[in-house]
Amino acid sequence: MTAEIKAKLTPLDRPNTYVGRTVSRQGARKAVAGAGQYTDDISLPRMLHAAFVRSPYAHARLTKLDVNAAKTAPGVALVMTGKELAERITAPWLGTLTCFPGMKAAPQYPMVIERACWQGEPVAIVVAQSRALAEDAAELVEIEWQELPAAADKETALDRTTPVIHPDLGDNLAFEKTIGSGDVDAAFKAADIVVEETFRFGRHTAVSLESRAILADYNKPAERLILYTSSQAPHMIQTIYARMLGIPDHNVRIVAPDVGGSFGMKIHSYGDEVATAAASMALGRPVKFIADRLESFVSDIHARENLIKARLAVSRAGDIEAIEIDVLSGAGAYSQYPRTSVFEANQVLTITGGPYRHKHYRAKATVVYMNKVPTSQYRAVGHPIGNSVGESLVDMAAAACGLDPLEIRRRNVMPDDGYPAVTAGGIKVKELSHQKCLAALERRMNYAALRAEQAILRKQGIYRGIGIAAFIKGTAPGPNGYYGIGGAPISLQDACTIRLDPGGGIICAVGVTEQGQGVNTVMGQIAATTLGVPLDQVRVISGDTDATPFGGGTYASRATAIGGEAVLKAAGELRAEILSIAGALLQAPAGSLDIVDGHIVDAGTDRRRISLKEIGRIGHFQLHELPNSVQPRLSVTHRFRLLDDLYILTNGVSGATVDVDTDTGFITLRKAWVVEDCGRIVNPLLADEQVRGGFVQGLGGALYEHCIYDDAAQLVNGTLADYLTPMAGEMPDIDVAHIHTPTSVSELGAKGVGESGTASAPAVVMNAVNDALRPLGARVTEQPMTPEVVLRALGKI
Amino acid sequence: MKPARFHYVRPASIAEAVLLLAEHGEDASILAGGQSLMPVLNMRLSRPRVVVDINRIAKLKGIALADGAVRIGALARHVEVMRSPLIARHLPLIAEAMPNVAHVAVRNRGTFGGSVALADPSAEMPACLLALGGAVVLESTRGRRQVAAEDYFHGLYDTARRPDELLIEALIPPQRPDTLSAFMELSRRHGDFAIAGLACTLRHDAGVIHAPRLVYFGSEPRPVLARTAMAALDGKAWSPATHDAVAAALADDLDPIDNTFGSPAAKLHLQRVVTRRVLDGLPDKARAA
Ligand SMILES: Cc1cc2nc3c(=O)[nH]c(=O)nc-3n(C[C@H](O)[C@H](O)[C@H](O)COP(=O)(O)OP(=O)(O)OC[C@H]3O[C@@H](n4cnc5c(N)ncnc54)[C@H](O)[C@@H]3O)c2cc1C
Repeated sequence: MTAEIKAKLTPLDRPNTYVGRTVSRQGARKAVAGAGQYTDDISLPRMLHAAFVRSPYAHARLTKLDVNAAKTAPGVALVMTGKELAERITAPWLGTLTCFPGMKAAPQYPMVIERACWQGEPVAIVVAQSRALAEDAAELVEIEWQELPAAADKETALDRTTPVIHPDLGDNLAFEKTIGSGDVDAAFKAADIVVEETFRFGRHTAVSLESRAILADYNKPAERLILYTSSQAPHMIQTIYARMLGIPDHNVRIVAPDVGGSFGMKIHSYGDEVATAAASMALGRPVKFIADRLESFVSDIHARENLIKARLAVSRAGDIEAIEIDVLSGAGAYSQYPRTSVFEANQVLTITGGPYRHKHYRAKATVVYMNKVPTSQYRAVGHPIGNSVGESLVDMAAAACGLDPLEIRRRNVMPDDGYPAVTAGGIKVKELSHQKCLAALERRMNYAALRAEQAILRKQGIYRGIGIAAFIKGTAPGPNGYYGIGGAPISLQDACTIRLDPGGGIICAVGVTEQGQGVNTVMGQIAATTLGVPLDQVRVISGDTDATPFGGGTYASRATAIGGEAVLKAAGELRAEILSIAGALLQAPAGSLDIVDGHIVDAGTDRRRISLKEIGRIGHFQLHELPNSVQPRLSVTHRFRLLDDLYILTNGVSGATVDVDTDTGFITLRKAWVVEDCGRIVNPLLADEQVRGGFVQGLGGALYEHCIYDDAAQLVNGTLADYLTPMAGEMPDIDVAHIHTPTSVSELGAKGVGESGTASAPAVVMNAVNDALRPLGARVTEQPMTPEVVLRALGKI
Repeated sequence: MKPARFHYVRPASIAEAVLLLAEHGEDASILAGGQSLMPVLNMRLSRPRVVVDINRIAKLKGIALADGAVRIGALARHVEVMRSPLIARHLPLIAEAMPNVAHVAVRNRGTFGGSVALADPSAEMPACLLALGGAVVLESTRGRRQVAAEDYFHGLYDTARRPDELLIEALIPPQRPDTLSAFMELSRRHGDFAIAGLACTLRHDAGVIHAPRLVYFGSEPRPVLARTAMAALDGKAWSPATHDAVAAALADDLDPIDNTFGSPAAKLHLQRVVTRRVLDGLPDKARAA
């Protein structure tokens, strides 16, 4: 069976073989036609709208909160304060996981009770007949604050003079961790050459096209809560809301309709959304809350704020001996539930220098709380930082040894035939392909020609930079890792329930979710291929806890790798059952039959015997036609999880060319290349789109995006006029290629691909910029690499 | 992000509009293209009691050459100005600058008058108006007056226009055949507001520069006529040394604002780079003309 499906997965000339083939994304036509249905498109009878009063201060004590005027304002149905909401929840969140020993976190209530800890923290919810009326009434909430000094700077967050945000914690330290291997001190002492540098990474946020959105519908007599919400993890949200609001899980239904991007930002729990659900419960009416762009900037999770001191020891010949990093990571006012705010630092520790063979490594992280928006998982968690640091060090080492950046990587990456192995950061790796990727990148870039051209341009005063950056990326985590052993209500398995309906249609319900990236299309491709039916005979359902088997949703590049395998297995079992029913009907051994194009055929000759539709009809209606011993289920659920592995590791290498205008400090991206290895590719177009889109998102952080806070911890650029995102006009052509080393943990062989571009773009662009600046003796070590940063590096200002 | 409540009125004539302004004064906001007004209404940064929509007032539209001046009606959309043969012929500086204003969608609605009325420090049209020595015509129930651009831009979003005055049009002397003009700006992304920029006009005679007007925008609270730099250029021939001297003189003319787009030092530096680039490019432009 297994071998049989495998054989079907590869040859593209077989009918119904969609795995490995580009088919266009389901739903793309609908979205382009404006016929999508996002949360805000849903309107329910008696629906009300919510707006929030938020803290204008980063740190302030509430001295007066009078909602009487707001309550009597036109159209207002409810005003609920943080204190009132606290009485409606079972317990506050605590953003810790047991896999982070020693981690400290303060309990977090959904809205401010007596002290606001970041600018934008919700204080009261106002529910009215329209959003405009709710905003009008919100202005009538009488509120007085006693402003408190704020912890605004991670570098002084632990100083004695800095206010402690949560006095019960004793200080602003969230977490400390040191990992290592080998003898780092001895290696640095004995080293021929040591390069060192300090790197700074600015805070940024996801800026999904569709902002956070929730429509809560509590039916009081039925005691049932339905949440329509723009989420990437419906079952996790179900568990969290059920626990928090004291409703049994099975009475909470989460529907994630069309979702306009999420990028990890929509996998967390947010106080304003809980308040919306609680308001619906209080009123027994549907309540909608759509975060506007201004409140998104001060309430969606932020990420990436890190300061890293790093050094690398290398032999004169160019062998990397040791790496050491010291990470100071700036979290927000609370540790975001349920994933915490320390993961980013943790990932930086484990993946920095991950592609290489060095044996000595030490990495220390200190995560501190500040009076800023809470931070947490955002696309490629930690990887853009760790890769930027590691790959910068490698380039510095190359320059110190007089080696070409490509050459030093060739010399030091883990060899393709050397697996399984363990990185110096302690990650078990297998089935990686650094060497093949480097060779492919060199070819695709036409590297030697680029270098030759660069030399000519230098003579003309044009500072062309060529960057190379290798990366590893942890994808598709298993329960043996952080969330599982850490005790989080986050499912690391995923599931598929697949069934044959009377009309011959295949319903494939999955726990992973669609956010516009094409997950449903990919699941359909796997199901159709495995079953042997045309793609349009398969309907994929996702994003509804009433209709899908329990799953973790889409995060950490797991949908295809984990959810896809569940589909493969479930479809395989359904196929076996269909064949056995067909065998009983046709009085033929099941093994002599096959399914092609929706028909049971004689294996080998493909002669049609009976259609799936007929099996559906008999299996559901005319059951008397079957022998008594056959009881068709025609519905199979299969779940898949990683067993021993923490992650399915992937790898790749990127290249980029930039021109740096050394007078203005402006950087022009010319071209980018990504060669990555996500194992078996189900849909080449969608995989490429993930790499490109991810790369662009990484460029955002590298060049433009920055949540800028002043000394009072006020966000000063929280609009899209001031917070710059990458735009199509500035984006380079991105050449994408793949090496195919299927993972052995699944039959499908797919690894994650959704974050690889994001993980590598900042590193490769920083290396390209510094390659351009090297003849001038300048180096950029700060992201985003604004003109100001470049000019300072050049000593021009 | 919903605007606070306001009354909406749509006068059909200038007379009607100025009456409304006389009645409501600072409580009224004029709605032209809405590209800048709507966001501030939605953010409740501005909460007028009355919004006076001037889009139906025919007399505020159009671009024409009359009485020795190019008249750009307040309601002329950016896209109309950009495509106008009259502007291309008589005001090449504006034709050169306009593609830098925002994006197509914004240019389709945004108006010349709105841009000049708003006086965003990074906007291109106010700088051009000042470089070209233009004027604006303002009208209220008290009458009509003409204010030279040099007296019009006071500071950050602050102009000589009084709350009861409607901006009717801009009047700009056509560029003379021997006038050279040039425009350059630096913005982070295509269509963004500039962080440094220069709009300039000058005449030259046998390689000698006369009557330069250098107007800097993007870095200052308002477009700035750089008199020290102009003096360093007037009567000189093109040369790298002159261009450096002009750039150096900017320290006396400019006092850049500090914001998230850059420090004052970075902006002064960028204005100097822009200056050198514009001046270095002018001899070629002169030859081509
Ligand atoms: C994404 C984006 C990018 C942009 N980029 C740029 C850019 O690069 N450069 C640039 O210059 N602009 C830019 N703009 C602004 C755009 O050019 C605006 O259109 C312009 O600044 C205002 O013109 P408006 O007609 O839209 O005016 P409105 O928004 O209608 O009004 C703006 C202000 O002027 C007042 N006003 C308007 N008309 C009159 C009048 N006739 N008399 C008195 N007062 C009046 C209004 O009351 C209001 O206070 C951008 C806008 C957006 C949305």
